[in-house]
Amino acid sequence: MKPMLKPALAPYVLISPFLLLFLVFGLFPIVFSFVLMFHMWDPVQGLASMEYVGLENITFAIEDPLVWTSLGNTLWMALASGMPQHLVAIPLAYLINEKMGRWRNAAMGAYFLPYITSTVAIAIMFSTLFSTDYGMVNAALAEMAKWPLLTAVLPAENIDWLGSPEAIKPVVSAVVFWRYLGFNVILYVAAMQSIPRDLYEAARMDGAKSWQQFFFITLPQLKPIMFFGVTLTVIGGLQLFEEPFILTGGKGGPEYAGMTTAMYMYRTAFDFNDFGLASAISWMLFVIILLMTVITNKAFKSKEGQA
Amino acid sequence: MLCALSWNSVLAQKTTITVAAFPAVDEIVKASLQEWQKKNPNVEVKVVGREYADHHTAMTTALATATGLPDVMTIEYGYLGRFAQSGGLEDLDKSPYKLSQYATKMVPYAMAQGRSASHGQVAIPTDIGPGAMFYRNDVLAKAKVKESDLTQSWDSFIESGLKIKQATGAHLVAHARDVKDIVIRTGIPEGEGVYFDAQGKSVIETSPRFKRAFEVAQKIRVQGLDGKINAWSNEWGEALKRGTVTVQMMGAWLGGHLQNWLAPNTSGLWRSTALPERIATSWGGTFYAIPKKAVNKDLAWSLVQHLTLNSRQQQMAFEKFNAFPALIEAQNGDFFNQPVSFLGGQKARLEWKQTASQIKPTMVFKNDSVAEEIVNAELDLVLNKNKPIDQALKDAHRLVQRRASR
Repeated sequence: MKPMLKPALAPYVLISPFLLLFLVFGLFPIVFSFVLMFHMWDPVQGLASMEYVGLENITFAIEDPLVWTSLGNTLWMALASGMPQHLVAIPLAYLINEKMGRWRNAAMGAYFLPYITSTVAIAIMFSTLFSTDYGMVNAALAEMAKWPLLTAVLPAENIDWLGSPEAIKPVVSAVVFWRYLGFNVILYVAAMQSIPRDLYEAARMDGAKSWQQFFFITLPQLKPIMFFGVTLTVIGGLQLFEEPFILTGGKGGPEYAGMTTAMYMYRTAFDFNDFGLASAISWMLFVIILLMTVITNKAFKSKEGQA
Repeated sequence: MLCALSWNSVLAQKTTITVAAFPAVDEIVKASLQEWQKKNPNVEVKVVGREYADHHTAMTTALATATGLPDVMTIEYGYLGRFAQSGGLEDLDKSPYKLSQYATKMVPYAMAQGRSASHGQVAIPTDIGPGAMFYRNDVLAKAKVKESDLTQSWDSFIESGLKIKQATGAHLVAHARDVKDIVIRTGIPEGEGVYFDAQGKSVIETSPRFKRAFEVAQKIRVQGLDGKINAWSNEWGEALKRGTVTVQMMGAWLGGHLQNWLAPNTSGLWRSTALPERIATSWGGTFYAIPKKAVNKDLAWSLVQHLTLNSRQQQMAFEKFNAFPALIEAQNGDFFNQPVSFLGGQKARLEWKQTASQIKPTMVFKNDSVAEEIVNAELDLVLNKNKPIDQALKDAHRLVQRRASR
């Protein structure tokens, strides 16, 4: 039977669905935003209103105090949410992998659940939990404050979690941590399962205790996956958008304390109708993410070199 | 010939016009269709309803690319400044619309809001939000505070707040920012906007409105009279239900929201009155516009007229959906004279009508939303960090001006 497609043509036809989708939804937006960076454009005035302004958007963005505030916030929250993700996920994964036996999958599923939960549900849940006067977090704190030793430590008044500039960043970081911990746990459990068992057996025969096995076998063997996980966290953390957006009602919170760069970029485009500036901010963010990723790469490489 | 006739009717049947709207305007349009379609039996009306923010984002994109534009576009007041200057909307004063002949039929300030200096009458108002002060009558009674104490002046307003706090523990207002928002809208010179003068220059530093607004807001915060609660948050809903916030200043439409879902349990406890110093100002409002690239402009205009200039439709929208009519004639119905049971039998609608007639037109500007944002952030610094007011206004002015001069 004659093939419907000529063999020479077949690969191109078969790859075309992906290629088309990539061109339309991947490459085009990137190129368009690059072009936009050098233009002043108010979208409601139509495409014809695009006006070439050279580097003006970029200089405006660099001199915009809000860009720097938002970058500061982003770094703060990326660090505060990202570090604990790995510091907790690794021991937790070890625990799940070594000690949970047949409950392992159930435990992994439970930790992974927040990752696949709808953002809207998360928004409703956390804004209820962190409600100042009627939230469970403050109710629990108030109850704990009655205990003799904790009275001095805990605040006497309800904490305005979502409304005070001091509290909003920790709250957002906590939610991000909660949401992505499970993803990292799965990553590490999978990596741990690929570590050859005979390494542990040999160690045990040499009299290594459980914690020694963790520190001297598991941790070093996890390094490649740690690099992968940390890189994802760095990128994700710097692109932080959803969680602060929903927890601050899309505005960035009091004194902009919860506004990330990605949020500011979105607001510049869709709330302030300044797509040129928004594109400039997005490319700035891209450069910073690139730099941070390179630094992460270097950090892991040099350690590997030492080892 | 028969063939031609049937072909014609097929063609006629195929006309579909699209209306893009957000809640509950989409419901209002749907409810108004039956009567309009009696006169236009061959026209199908597709109402595309999206959430408030999604709708405006979709309209921004549609205007940007000139594709997917509806025949009738609904615009909320908050987006009007941006959309009015787009140049993508029909000037309804021009032929064939000639809206100017009906201009006196509409509430003047709302008509002025729909006008752009460079593009003419780009939108026609359908519902308006005359500002009102809703207060808990039971809380006032407990604290022995009179309604007139709230409305007389900002000083007496704050004094009443102290009495209320002492007697009941309730906060006077949800957030000090709410008070700032009213004071900055007091006494705006004609031809100016809230944040910009006629030339589009920021007036934040020079206008006494802002200084006074910040001072009143600061007083309220220092005395502990606000609950630091943002409107539309969970806390806000609870506070309104439980009576821990005494006064809520907003558009008259808040009455309907309180009754229907915010605090239905408080029926009979609320009253409505004028804002402090009897300021007449407005909160939001809905407009219809016809994009220049719309396909069926004639039919779109016919439907818009039906929705805005037809007294019965306007009254229906008010009765069923709390959309306060922008058509003056529609403000005379029986419904206006009826007591509102949720407000303890008060004839509040008459008062709102009076407020609506007193509101002065203010100009809207493209950068209004950025300016509002920047002013709010500076106010946060004043309230939370005791930043000196003059410095805050200076900084706000500089930041706004930086944007506006782009």
